[in-house]
Amino acid sequence: MNITKNTEAERLNFWERMYLPEIARGLGLTFRQMFKPSFVRQYPEEKWEPTGSYRGRPVLVAEGNDERCVACGLCARVCPALAIQVQASETLDLSKERFPVLFEINMLRCIYCGFCEEVCPEEAIIMSKDYELVFKSQKEAILGKEQLRVPVEQLQDRLEFLRQYR
Amino acid sequence: MNEILWLLLIFGIKAIIIISFVMLCAAAFVYLERKISAVIQNRIGPNRVGPFGLLQPFADVLKLFLKEDIVPKNANRFYHSLAPIITLGVAFSVFAIIPFASYLKIGDRVIHMGIAPNINIGFLFVLAMTSVGVYGITLAGWSSNNKYSLLGGLRSAAQMISYELAMGLAVISILLMSQDLTLTGIVEAQKGLKWNIFLQPLAFIIFLTSSFAETNRSPFDLPEAEPELVGGYNTEYSGMKFGMFFLAEYANMAAASAIISLLFLGGWNFPFIYEWLGFANGSVELVLVQLLVFLAKMLFMVFFFIWTRWSIPRFRYDQLMNLGWKILLPLGLLNILVTGIILMYI
Repeated sequence: MNITKNTEAERLNFWERMYLPEIARGLGLTFRQMFKPSFVRQYPEEKWEPTGSYRGRPVLVAEGNDERCVACGLCARVCPALAIQVQASETLDLSKERFPVLFEINMLRCIYCGFCEEVCPEEAIIMSKDYELVFKSQKEAILGKEQLRVPVEQLQDRLEFLRQYR
Repeated sequence: MNEILWLLLIFGIKAIIIISFVMLCAAAFVYLERKISAVIQNRIGPNRVGPFGLLQPFADVLKLFLKEDIVPKNANRFYHSLAPIITLGVAFSVFAIIPFASYLKIGDRVIHMGIAPNINIGFLFVLAMTSVGVYGITLAGWSSNNKYSLLGGLRSAAQMISYELAMGLAVISILLMSQDLTLTGIVEAQKGLKWNIFLQPLAFIIFLTSSFAETNRSPFDLPEAEPELVGGYNTEYSGMKFGMFFLAEYANMAAASAIISLLFLGGWNFPFIYEWLGFANGSVELVLVQLLVFLAKMLFMVFFFIWTRWSIPRFRYDQLMNLGWKILLPLGLLNILVTGIILMYI
């Protein structure tokens, strides 16, 4: 308990109590600030390019015509917001055997946690860099398989990030 | 009869020109305020409407016109709509006696560059008008029937009382120097570099501080302290009634900067320029140069007002009273005393 100076007047020295020199210093600071460059990004014109660590809209990785997904349903099981719906079916292709007939993500429910990506054994569902998500209706916000498919070439950043840090 | 009509015509034209000029100024200062605050905070500021966002204030006013005008259920309707009219009207009426340049001579007719700059009560008119201005704010606070508005209005009244005195005292020492009450006379007394800011620095500081309080600008914007009082006295206003308060704030700022440049910065006086240019008294060129000099000084003061707002935090209520009554008032008295003694022995 060695606070001996309690009031404002006791804590300040004479010149500080005169207000004016300190006000002049403050004005000087803001004046210097005027000549510094601004940090503003003019958003719609200058878009931000996220790095691989960014978790945007979840997408299905597509290789050629097929997606990697084997419809195991783990992502739907782990999704805390219950945004993912998967229905599986079988293929004649012996290397893959299963594929999703229906794969829907409700983007109004999705919380971008990335659990689906973490749990996926095939690296088939991945968080993309897409952050401009606007929908005109609730129905439109439920994305089907076609809207979710993104060619693997566009997702290299994220895949590399996952390989390095997961 | 003919003479009276001619005078009325001249005054009418001058009034229309000056009022539209003040309106335009208010709009321009809103834009300046936003741009300067943006630059100080390393932002860009409005740049979407028109080139460099210059049309932003006009877009804002248009928006305010189109908005719904809401009057609270328990508000006093009459005073609620009267308050913004008083505030804006008073802000404009100060410009009635502000001269923008000396005079123009057409034939043998002398036209003064102001609505009535040679009115003999001169500066007293400004003091009277700015004291009426506080009624607008206090009425707005009271008639809204809202505790925050009421607090804002009361603060405005208390602030006005504590600063009007110091302001008047600061001006008395100026009047002692110029021996004249009219603003033209005060400006003429500061010819060359005999500006009052150099001769009366203490009066300048007192007057500057008081005019910050007078125009409700930061650091003395207690009547509209957003963090404490929601919106202050204008909490319950919307649409163009709010717009009128907003315009009045900037018109007041324009008036205050015009008066400061007239009283302390020498008005349209500038050393060496007039001798160098050598225009005849009353010629159009001289008036234009004087107008430019005066507007430049005014613009600098407006810049200073805005600059201060984005530099200094708001004073606490008791600090404000302390400053007004215990510091500025005795300093003002001391200043008059010293000025009087010096003038007596010179």
